[in-house]
Amino acid sequence: MNELRDLYQEVIFDHYRSPRNYGPLPSANRDAEGHNPLCGDQLKLHLQVEDGVIRDAHFEGSGCAISTASASLMTEVLKGKREEDAMRLMQEFQRLVTGVGEPEGMGKLEALAGVREFPSRVKCATLAWHTMQAALENRHVPVTTE
Amino acid sequence: MKLVEIPTMDEVQVERWRADFPILESEIHGKPLIYLDNAATTQKPQAVIDAEARYYREDNANVHRGVHALSQRATDAFEAARTKVQRFINAARSDEIVFVRGTTEAINLVAQSYARPRLREGDEIIISALEHHSNIVPWQMVCQQTGAVLRVIPVSDAGELDIDAYENLLGERTKLVALAHVSNALGTINPVRAMIAKAHTHGVPVLLDGAQAIAHLPVDVQALGCDFYAFSGHKIYAPMGIGVLYGKALLLEEMPPYQGGGDMIRTVAFEHTEYNILPYKFEAGTPNVAGAIGLGAALDYLSEIGMETIAAYEAGVLDYATRAIEDIPGMRLIGTAQDKTAILSFLLEGVHAHDIGTILDRQGIAIRAGHHCAMPLMKHFGVAATARASFALYNTQEEADALAAGLQRTVELFSR
Repeated sequence: MNELRDLYQEVIFDHYRSPRNYGPLPSANRDAEGHNPLCGDQLKLHLQVEDGVIRDAHFEGSGCAISTASASLMTEVLKGKREEDAMRLMQEFQRLVTGVGEPEGMGKLEALAGVREFPSRVKCATLAWHTMQAALENRHVPVTTE
Repeated sequence: MKLVEIPTMDEVQVERWRADFPILESEIHGKPLIYLDNAATTQKPQAVIDAEARYYREDNANVHRGVHALSQRATDAFEAARTKVQRFINAARSDEIVFVRGTTEAINLVAQSYARPRLREGDEIIISALEHHSNIVPWQMVCQQTGAVLRVIPVSDAGELDIDAYENLLGERTKLVALAHVSNALGTINPVRAMIAKAHTHGVPVLLDGAQAIAHLPVDVQALGCDFYAFSGHKIYAPMGIGVLYGKALLLEEMPPYQGGGDMIRTVAFEHTEYNILPYKFEAGTPNVAGAIGLGAALDYLSEIGMETIAAYEAGVLDYATRAIEDIPGMRLIGTAQDKTAILSFLLEGVHAHDIGTILDRQGIAIRAGHHCAMPLMKHFGVAATARASFALYNTQEEADALAAGLQRTVELFSR
């Protein structure tokens, strides 16, 4: 049951119940949709990118505690990041939640480290990040986790 | 004085059944396994595991072609399994039993071999709003191929089919009705007997998707009057990769083969090939002989217990489990039909089904969280996913209590 506490940390519940940066973003110039066919979760991500820097990030959709909290936390950390740094962070995040190495300096994203004990939930945690990648690459076909 | 608890008849018999299923002794995350994902697949009794292993150890050979002793033994065992299926569903003839991979293949066979050559533009196929994707997509495909149209019987908020709407949908253009006997997502038992009779007054044949019914209710295809009945072995305690299409001989005779290859032919020349008789016309290639033998063993096992006994026992567990979970704060049961098999589909307010699945798993409880391959039905209820606990003959009231306790713990964890 301790693993469950590690997974469902206070921070996760907080972001699940009161997601940050939730809703449309009229100033967005990069949008993408993500879909987890396994559980039916859907996510829309809106990014405002200027001169290679993510100025603002919003998301919409419904999902489980892990995918919602992950999207909420991601929109917080993306603001002010250069596109290439955001992509690098995505790689690090992937390592964090799959338990490959111990990426450091992940800040508040470390709240999601507990996912590594739950392989079936990795896709929940990474859905938002895959959607970010699609948005930055200007892909208009919804990405899926399958 | 110490009070001795005397086990009830139900408790005695379910303990006996449980002992037949070796996997039920497993532990998951250090807790005894409580397997409540039986609508996805059932566990296998030792008798089935032994029958498959014994076939490979002692009788393995290809069927219908060898003159040698092993081939004869394999063929006899394979055909004996067919006869067991015939008896189990009370088909009139054993050549009405076609072995396939599973329900999905059986439905695709009927869609391509029965429906496709007959359908013209504007013809209609009736299905219902609570079908599994495997009883939707094959019909959509044949509609695309022929210009036929899919019509859908609506479902009520309790999860019951709107029979008046069904009767209005039936008409001159209807060429086939394809219905779930039991809903996989909700457990609703559809009133198929009356619905089949109604279709027949219009001269329309009916296919029943029996995947969720076959292990939980006595099924008599002649009493039901259905023209086709499809089910999977793995949902009735038999191996994966074997399933059955029952079809009335008159209809099967008229249908062209589904796949070409060995075993389905009588003679082959480059100018002309003569097809084999029923059911081999539909069994191209080497079949899943071991699977069929395992299926036969599963049906023997169930027949010994009796399907009426199983249905009555599971109804008791469903009642008990429903009462055990319905008062949990935030509980919303999806699917409250009068007539149900032992499936509980539900939502917990503020907790996503996927999170429920993870938290229960850590307590050794296996349930399903998701859309249950019934996305149109989920849409009707305005949800992306539900949690589903589905019971089988080896599940107990004690396990229903454990489910309730696990859900209670989930609620507590999420109200932190």
